[in-house]
Amino acid sequence: MSSDGVAARAEASLPPHPLPGLDPAFSRVVHVPVGTGTEGDGIGVGAGAGARNGASGAGGAASASGVSHGWHVLDNGAALAARGIQPRGTILCVHGNPTWSYLWRELVSAAAERAERDPANAWRVVAVDQLDMGFSERTGTVRPLATRIADLSALTRELGIEDGPVVTLGHDWGGVVSLGWAVQHRESLAAVMLLNTAVHQPEHLAIPAPLRLALRRSLLERSTVATPAFLETTLALAHPRLDPAVRDAFRAPYRGAARRAGIGGFVADIPVSPEHRSFAALDAVAEGIRSLHVPAVMLWGPRDPVFGDQYLADLITRLPQADVHRFEGTGHLIAEDVNYAPVLLDWLASKVPAGAGDPDASVGPAASPDRDAADAGSRSGEVTAPFRPMGAVLDELRASDRTALVEMAPRGASSAPRSVSWRLLSRRVTELAAGLSASGVRPGDRVSLLVPPGADLTAVLYACLRIGAVVVVADAGLGLAGLGRAVRGARPDHLIGIETALAAARLLGWPGQRFSATTLAPPVAAALGVRASLPQLAALGAESSTPLPEAPGADDTAAILFTSGSTGPAKGVVYTHRQLAAMRDALAAQYGIGAGTGLVAGFAPFALLGPALGATSVTPDMTVTRPGTLTATAVAAAAAAANATVLFASPAALTNVVATAASLDAAERGVLASVRTLLSAGAPLGIPLLERVAELLPNATVSTPYGMTEGLLLTDISLDEIRSAARQPDEGVCVGAPAASVRLRVSPLDELGEAVGSLTDEPGVTGEIVASAPHIKERYDRLWITDTASKRDSAPERRWHRTGDVGHFDAAGRLWVEGRLPHVLVTADGPLTPVGPEQRIETLPAVARAALVGVGPRGTQQAVAVIETRDAARRVVLAPAELTAEIRHVTGIDVAAALVVRVLPTDIRHNSKIDRAALSRWAAGILAGGPVREP
Amino acid sequence: MRVLVTGASGMLGAGVAVALAARGDDVRTFQRGAPSVSGVDDMRGSLTDAAAVARAVAGADAVVHLAAKVSLAGDRADFEAVNVDGTRTLLDAARAAGARRFVYTSSPSVAHAGVSIVGDDALPADPDRARGDYARTKARAELAALEADAPGFATVAVRPHLVWGPGDTQLIGRIVERARAGRLPLLGRGAALLDTTYIDNAVDAHVAALDRADDVHGRSYVVTNGQPRTVAELMAAICGAAGVAAPRWRVPASVARAAGGVVEAVWAVAPGEDEPPMTRFLAEQLSTSHWYDQRRTRAELHWTPAVGLDEGFERLAASYRA
Repeated sequence: MSSDGVAARAEASLPPHPLPGLDPAFSRVVHVPVGTGTEGDGIGVGAGAGARNGASGAGGAASASGVSHGWHVLDNGAALAARGIQPRGTILCVHGNPTWSYLWRELVSAAAERAERDPANAWRVVAVDQLDMGFSERTGTVRPLATRIADLSALTRELGIEDGPVVTLGHDWGGVVSLGWAVQHRESLAAVMLLNTAVHQPEHLAIPAPLRLALRRSLLERSTVATPAFLETTLALAHPRLDPAVRDAFRAPYRGAARRAGIGGFVADIPVSPEHRSFAALDAVAEGIRSLHVPAVMLWGPRDPVFGDQYLADLITRLPQADVHRFEGTGHLIAEDVNYAPVLLDWLASKVPAGAGDPDASVGPAASPDRDAADAGSRSGEVTAPFRPMGAVLDELRASDRTALVEMAPRGASSAPRSVSWRLLSRRVTELAAGLSASGVRPGDRVSLLVPPGADLTAVLYACLRIGAVVVVADAGLGLAGLGRAVRGARPDHLIGIETALAAARLLGWPGQRFSATTLAPPVAAALGVRASLPQLAALGAESSTPLPEAPGADDTAAILFTSGSTGPAKGVVYTHRQLAAMRDALAAQYGIGAGTGLVAGFAPFALLGPALGATSVTPDMTVTRPGTLTATAVAAAAAAANATVLFASPAALTNVVATAASLDAAERGVLASVRTLLSAGAPLGIPLLERVAELLPNATVSTPYGMTEGLLLTDISLDEIRSAARQPDEGVCVGAPAASVRLRVSPLDELGEAVGSLTDEPGVTGEIVASAPHIKERYDRLWITDTASKRDSAPERRWHRTGDVGHFDAAGRLWVEGRLPHVLVTADGPLTPVGPEQRIETLPAVARAALVGVGPRGTQQAVAVIETRDAARRVVLAPAELTAEIRHVTGIDVAAALVVRVLPTDIRHNSKIDRAALSRWAAGILAGGPVREP
Repeated sequence: MRVLVTGASGMLGAGVAVALAARGDDVRTFQRGAPSVSGVDDMRGSLTDAAAVARAVAGADAVVHLAAKVSLAGDRADFEAVNVDGTRTLLDAARAAGARRFVYTSSPSVAHAGVSIVGDDALPADPDRARGDYARTKARAELAALEADAPGFATVAVRPHLVWGPGDTQLIGRIVERARAGRLPLLGRGAALLDTTYIDNAVDAHVAALDRADDVHGRSYVVTNGQPRTVAELMAAICGAAGVAAPRWRVPASVARAAGGVVEAVWAVAPGEDEPPMTRFLAEQLSTSHWYDQRRTRAELHWTPAVGLDEGFERLAASYRA
């Protein structure tokens, strides 16, 4: 930009080549007559030049003269035509600032390749360089948002694609321009696709710091135009770093200040206040998209210092039908960080399928969320009982003085147990529901609960369910970093927590309006940004005369539970009210829990269901986040408090209960004798430990359920069945027969270890375990790819969930789990599941624990045994020859090597789950001749 | 079938000649010294002598070309003359004589630059990446052999990795000799995985390549037992078979890794006259992994190893007891 503010002009041109990944055959320059857009031309020189020049394309006339504008575009249309392929429509791609159409190179190529394989699903891709950007013309004008949308419309008219069907795709400010086009061409629109972008600056949020900096008038020109600082900053946002050649390709059109005027123009066009010239245009886009009822998808990189998760949340409110996938660990340049092109093409094929007719037929109410919800409710294959809300018992017993909850060691109190009657609990739930409503918690709002299990959590949980707020529950066991990822990913509107959680929220900038579990000193509350405490909310609710909102529908979202994260980043698992109720009913049916049952809740997730079951729940004296602190005496005291007949405990808790059993007196043993059912919820325990538990609970059936966050109760096995299974030759761990209302199948593995086979329950066939039940999850939250993969066997009449576990059925129909799908070894002889061989290695006297991992490429992997010996090794060594030979003999597997380690690494959450993926990488390094390190 | 086998003074060449003769093929051997096999038509001569080569290949239906200059030292021109020019001479003579199949015995080292190999299939021979004169000239010779592939003249390259067995005077003999003297070190922890090939399996793979040449011509195949083992386990097994103590002392892996692994050449093929220095020999070996994807080899050659490592070591032990 020269000193008088008039930018230099330059003709459009073709990019230099070669540039990595860019096929020059797709590159061309299109000349678009000026004045054909609805908004006229830009501000400044050349504005209003109206003489329409009919010539365009290769024979086009002079462009920078103001007669027409030259656009550089990537376009695979000619390539499709040359192969006689008639595309279904056009994907119109708009880059942001300061990139260019190079950002879309993979999509242009991938769509062309796919069109050859599947011509019926072919899409033309047109990726533009916006005017003054990339290799398009430098117009010498300033082009506000409205002009840019008009520019794009003029281009699509010139290309003859404006009548559609068109799928728009935009990134960064290109997202706004693409949506602007979409709003103005509704009749042509088939779908919208977005990567990190924003259409609205939420009033209560600050403009992101990097943009604020660039927007300071004194810095604007220098950072964006005079120097390549803005460009370089953007290019540095890739995860991992961009290849230098790719980085150079992004720089190619912006060499020299004269070519960077557009970058400055874009930044200056960010409407920071209502007075800004583009404010109205942006607002029109932001509001206009609310009525776009076409399929939508957003791929999001959360590590974006500018377009952060708050803008994703805003976009979701405007396009609630959108499928969203957040790629944990990726950022602003998500198109460089992940292989996005096949994801978008897959999405398009599934959401805008061939043969759907003209785009009008595929839009409209069919895609609206309400209709989706109605469809969900009509799943006749699963819905067997009429829906009974989770809070139904609370309503029924609202006048009962019998005990609902007992806390043996209430937080912050002395040692006296605290009992809560149904009457009190019911009233508390109603008051909290009213208080939350009065404080702005709306149906559908997400409420993150960072409160340890106990009466407070129970009350606020049922209060949220009552008013249709979606509870977000992330286990503290994820650790602070994992918890933070979960909270940011779920994007709660409100956060209810104990003081330490609120401090973390404050420190780490977790989103949401904050409430504290207990009433804090006013300065503390103020410092933590706390609006009110639970007692204050209850008081507010007690005084409130406003009626509670209507109870939520059965198929409204009720909860988002986070997975343990032991199998990758923690995933948010979405449940509807109907599915939570089904989980309650499954537990009741399987274990005979009902009104009046005394329940000792040493395992939090199931404990929260107590009030829904009508059971009296007792929380024993233990540190909830450390189940290993539960003692036998504490269990006996808890059981005595409610004449308990059912005991829930995690494996770690049971291990300690057995270890502390010697301190029980006769009376305590007598109390334990009245327990009829023990649930050991978590990783399976060995027979010896279960037998010692059974000795403590002589009249109890010892049950071990199998399940996961996505389906908490899939099978169940008793100790007697475990004993008899131990005599069977099957590979793996027997987890028993399907629980009531659960259907199980396996999807057999192919020779490359991929679970691609058709679902079967044939005995002896190993495959990925697939489950169907009314209490299976609704979906994963903002993980469209994961969600689609997990339910790819589903049909309208039956939902199936891929568990990621592998196993088989025995002749009696019992399920045997053989490991995790990603841990299956794939040797030249085919797939090999790890758990069975590991169990056989562990029968060797010298071996304490074993893991079988693969090294080398899948399909020709070598099996490697990694073992912990009973006499602990001091450092990593190769197993002695005799032991190695024994391992080969007992497994029948020609393991390439056996490594002895001091201790096998386990993931943080489950101290019995070995992190085989990490172990495999570690072993591969050593066996490739690398340095010998501890695993 | 009349088959010319070159390099029959070595363990593998002799094995191939015996196997072919045993199944009724009409076998002629060709090498400079005495063959390690009796009962076949033997001709003496050098690959650098075109007239001798032409005489040897006269009347052959097929050629299995195992002869090469094998060593870590020596005059570069000699490698060129024997391995590259000699192979070209033999290819030309074979075609001129009307032979229809040509199996070229190559080495996995023709495609690798000395880094660790983890489950790779045979990559194209690459003289620019191959390390040392031996591997470079073997790479050029393999390319020449595969380029000569034409209708009516089917060429195949077989790359056996670390061939061993009873009577092997090369690596096995040397390891045992060193171990017996208490001077065999283990490099690093000896944890690198190595593929090896028991002699009978290497022989069978050559016969299979010869029989399958019309279907698999123009291609290269790495051949191994498909049972990678750690260096330490291999050393212990060899020493155990020979009844000597396994290595107990170590030299730093960094010393070993500086060298890379090209010694399979010495281990695999016929003995040359240039004996490599023992220290160099050991230092260059056994510090990085070398193991291969055998799926394509087995599927296309219709071959699987008949003798597993355990049985191979038992046979080795028996040969020491005899």
